Parts: sequence; structure tokens; C-alpha cells
Amino acid sequence: MKIVLEHLTKRFPNRNRKIKSEVVAVDDFTFEIPDGTLIGLLGPSGCGKSTTLNLISGLETPTEGRIFFGNREVTNLPPEKRGVGLVFQNYALYPHMTALENIMFPLGNLKRDERPSKEEMRERAREAARLVQIEPYLERRPSEMSGGQQQRVAIARALVKKPEVLLLDEPLSNLDARLRLQTREEIRRIQRETGITTIFVTHDQEEAMSISDLIVVMKDGAVHQIAKPQDVYDDPVNLFVAKFLGTPPIDVFDGEVKGGTLFIGEDAVLPARGVEDGPVKVGVRPEGFIPDPDGALRCGLDRVEVMGRDTSIVFRHEGLNADTGRAIVDAEAARGLEGGEVRFSLKPLKTCLFDKTTEARIRLADGGGKAAGR
Amino acid sequence: MKKQNLKAWLYLLPALAFLAVFMIYPLVDVVVYSLEEGYNSASQTFRGVGLYNFSYVLRDPYFLAAVRNTFILVVITVPVSTGLALLISLGLNSIKALKNLFQTVYFLPYVTNTLAVGLVFMILFKKTAYSEGLVNLLINWFGGPSVDFIDGPYWAKMLVMCIYTVWVVMPFKILILTSALASVNPEYYKAARVDGASRGRIFWRITLPMISPMIFYLVITGFIGAFKAYADEVALFGTDLNAAGMNTIVGYVYDMLYGNSGGYPSYASAAALILFAIVFTITCVNLLISRRTQIS
Repeated sequence: MKIVLEHLTKRFPNRNRKIKSEVVAVDDFTFEIPDGTLIGLLGPSGCGKSTTLNLISGLETPTEGRIFFGNREVTNLPPEKRGVGLVFQNYALYPHMTALENIMFPLGNLKRDERPSKEEMRERAREAARLVQIEPYLERRPSEMSGGQQQRVAIARALVKKPEVLLLDEPLSNLDARLRLQTREEIRRIQRETGITTIFVTHDQEEAMSISDLIVVMKDGAVHQIAKPQDVYDDPVNLFVAKFLGTPPIDVFDGEVKGGTLFIGEDAVLPARGVEDGPVKVGVRPEGFIPDPDGALRCGLDRVEVMGRDTSIVFRHEGLNADTGRAIVDAEAARGLEGGEVRFSLKPLKTCLFDKTTEARIRLADGGGKAAGR
Repeated sequence: MKKQNLKAWLYLLPALAFLAVFMIYPLVDVVVYSLEEGYNSASQTFRGVGLYNFSYVLRDPYFLAAVRNTFILVVITVPVSTGLALLISLGLNSIKALKNLFQTVYFLPYVTNTLAVGLVFMILFKKTAYSEGLVNLLINWFGGPSVDFIDGPYWAKMLVMCIYTVWVVMPFKILILTSALASVNPEYYKAARVDGASRGRIFWRITLPMISPMIFYLVITGFIGAFKAYADEVALFGTDLNAAGMNTIVGYVYDMLYGNSGGYPSYASAAALILFAIVFTITCVNLLISRRTQIS
């Protein structure tokens, strides 16, 4: 089931009644979610991603705009008529019911003539439990299960009615690091097996990158970019998106374009054909630095860090927007670096230019920086 | 370690001494009194030791009337007041405007003096030379005959008594239940809505189980409180409750000690112990039921 959002807008009255202006939680969303995909709504907290989810689930009604599931308009339908399954951040499992009773609950809510028999309900609940692999724990109450098991029960409860859309609100944020890795694979697997269109909300870019087919990057109620995870990372539309994705984060310099050449400080680092002269912001991914004795970019060496498989060079530069920057390099290349200066040459595909005031992406005339063709 | 213990006991001593003098000694004394047959408080003598006091009390028609009154009061007022309080709390919980105002209004009886409340009920129910009472005016307006609620038939007096008790005990229950309802995580309701649960099903399957510990607490304390009823009866019907036929077990105990027919601490003690046995049994049953129905 594809989902279409048309000019979706949600405004809330300000909590402080003296302030007349409204809070815009979701600002003019228009996008289409293809059938059977897993979409990650990604953004910092307060960016409106949970509100978007609530609008799609029907728990909130939009101020403006329309929502379609397939060709069916659901804008004004209550949640139970939309055929959505929703998994809450804290799972919202009913503590007085066993896992099985929790999973059966949505089936028991069906109207008398649609309601299956007790045995059939139990069978369908078992089936959902099998899908998320929690069958051995069906007689337990939520308090007797681990966070990961509760999560699975919550997903089974959302799936038992065979909804056309599955919505997950920060599904992994209550799990510890190891379970998080495991559960996100699990979500991906369940989504693949059922083929159900799934939207999940997260503030963790790694989570979104790892399992989504498409990422929607949001900030302040507005969509900034919708693309495949790797494209969002390699080809961000603006500085916010560039900074928000990637660990360690992108290194941002103040630079200047002069006569078709990009300067960082005094150093002419890369050609920048077709870009007007003037100050710019330069974003370089940590893996975009190549230590090079003849490299154009001269930086002060702070230290070399070796963490397992990664070797990073922590450096200083006057033009840097932070105290230090970080380059991830080959262990070989970092060998023998000591004190004083380190020089880098930059990979053009890992370097992006942004307008200094609007922070929008500046594209080079030859399409440099575009991930395509790599 | 020994020294430590000594110190601890020393710190506990004031509280323990207080408890011993004002709680344990009287408790033991009640048991002793109840077993002393023919005790005379003037000469401090008794004939012998046995269970005669209990058999006397259990055959005393005044005591049996008091037991009957108390049981009627308990059986009617505890469920009615808890049920009404739950309804009002649900209402309070679902409105937004004027919520605080209504919460205050419903809580007022709790902080109002019992005698003032008694006065209000007099105006509502008592027949005087000048007025029939508001309720009778209402009944007359609908074409019914006047009823004397204070000195009239038994059912009328019991009705007033029950209304009064419910009215007095409700504020506390509303307070407890509104806070219990407010503490239910709203995500449960959202989840239930998405899952298509009807309002009735949400109430029976989610709200009620979630607040059931509080309801059991209210039922248990409600039973105990209702069994100890006495002051409210005095506020409505005066001190001679036996004559009004509205005595309660605690009232009977009081009468046996200090009333016009008083001066029998042995009978009073026996009655008090019977009351204790009743309350104890019912509380145990309540706890058993609540443990069986509740989540571990």
C-alpha cells in the first residue's frame, strides 16, 4: 500500500496562551511512500517526526493537507478505520495481560460480525508471535520479559490485524546497544517477510541509515531531503543534512571561492568550476582526507587515535567551525605522523560546498561532489 | 555490635513506651475485661472468668439491632460510594474546562465539619414546626406524601443515614481515584484507539484493571471505616441511638461504657472484640480476593 501525503500541515496552538502565534509541527509535507518500502523519518527531537507519524496513524488530524493510503483518502478517518499498526516508543503493552492476551487484544476489538472465534484469534496471535519469534514467552506478562521481547510483542500486536501500514515510533531507543543492532535487523526481516509498508521514526541517523529503503530528513517541521540512505550521506542538499548524518560528523570549514578555485585559509584545495567567487562553507567527510606530504590543506596535528579498525587523525585548523576536526585514514598513512603539521589532499566526491548564509548546497558545474558514477 | 543494638533500642524506647502504655496495655485490658464475669467498676471486683459477657452481648437485642444496622450501612454505602466516586472521577478526568473547580467542589465535604454537614442534612430532611424539610417539599411537589426522615419509619432513617455516609466518604475516594486515573499512561489509550477498542472495552479491559489496586484499597478502607461508623449517626439522630433504632456496633460499645445504660466495661469489651473479629475476617477475605484478581 503506497502512502501519499499532500501538503500535510499540522499547527498546534501555543502552550503559553499569551503568545498568539501557533507552533508549526509539520510544515507542508508532500511526498509519496512507495508500496512495500521501509521509510525512516529522521530528525532531531522536536522536528515534527512523531507528529507526522501520529497524523498518518490518525491519532492527530491535520490542520491542512490530505493523506491517501493507495487511492483511498484517510485524512478524516479515525485510527481504527485506517488499518494501521502502531508500535509505541515504550511499547504500551498492557501490564495486566499476558503477551498472548496483548497480541489478541486488537482482534477482540473487532465488531461482532467480523470477530473471529476464540480459537481463530488465538491461532492468528500465535502466527504473529511466530513471525517475531516470541512464541515461548506467550504466557508471560510484560514485566516478566526483557525490553527486546516486549518490543517483539508490541510489533506482533501491531501486525496481528494484518494492517496495510506499520508505524514504529522510536522503536529502538529503549534498548541497549547490542539489542538495538539485533532488533533493527529483526525489524528489517519482518518488514521483508510481510512486505508491509513501514514508517519508522528515529533521531538516530545510524539506525535510519542501516535499515531504511528511503530516509526522510526533517528539521523544524519541514522535509529537507528524501533519498536513499547512501545518497543522503554522499549528496546532502544542505549543511544541516550533511551535519546530521554520519559518525564521526562531517568536518566543516570556512572557505572561499576565488576564480574557480576553492580556498581553505590560504590553501587552494580543490578546483571549483562554475561557482561564483565569495565565501562558502566547506564540508569534508572524515574519510575524504588523504594524508599527503604534498597535500594542499595544511593543518595542525593534534593527535592520532587508534580505535580498533579505525585510525583517526585529530587536527586543528583556523577555518574549522569546531575546535578540532577528525579524519579517518588508513593505519599505514597515519604511521610516523608526529607533532607539528599534517597535510591532506581532499577527495572531491567527499567534499561539499554550501552557501555561507542559506547553507544550501552549491553544486559544481561539472557535477563534482555528486555521488553518481563513483 | 551489642552496643549498636543497645543504642537502637534506646532510640526506639520513647515510641515503644508510648505504644505499650496507650496501645498494648489497653488492648490486653480489653481482652481481660471481656473475660471477667460480673465485673463491678465501683468495687473493682468480679465473680469469675468465662465467656458469659460474649453470650450476653450476642443475645442482647440492642446489640443485634446494632449489628444489623452496621451491616446494612456497610453493604449499601461501600459499593455505592465507590461506584459513584468512580463515575465522578471518570467524568472529572475527561473534562478539560473547569476541571480544577469541580475537583475542589467535590472535595469540599472532606474538609467540612461533621456538625455543619449534619446541619445541612437537617435542613434537607428534618421535619420541624416551621418546615417539612427540602426533600419533603420536593416529594410533595411531585404529589407524594411527606415522610419523617429523622423520627419516622426505619427505612427512611436508614436511607438518610446511607445518603449521609456516602456523601461524607465520597470526597476522599474521588481524590484517590482521580489521581489513579490521571496516572494511567495515556499511551495505553492511544494504543487501544489505534487497535480499534470501543470506549466500553477500553474502560473494562484497560482503565479498570489499571486502577484496580486503588479500588481495592478504597473498598478495604471503606469496609473498615463503615464498620466503625458512629459519629455520623449521632450527628443525625442524637445521642440516644438505641431509642432511634439506629445504633451501630461502635455506638453500642460506647453506650455500654458511658451511655444512660452504661457502666458495663465487660460487655463493651466483648462487643468491641466481636467487632474486631468481624472486621478482621472481612479484611482478610478482601485481601484474598484482591490478591487473586490482581497482577503479581
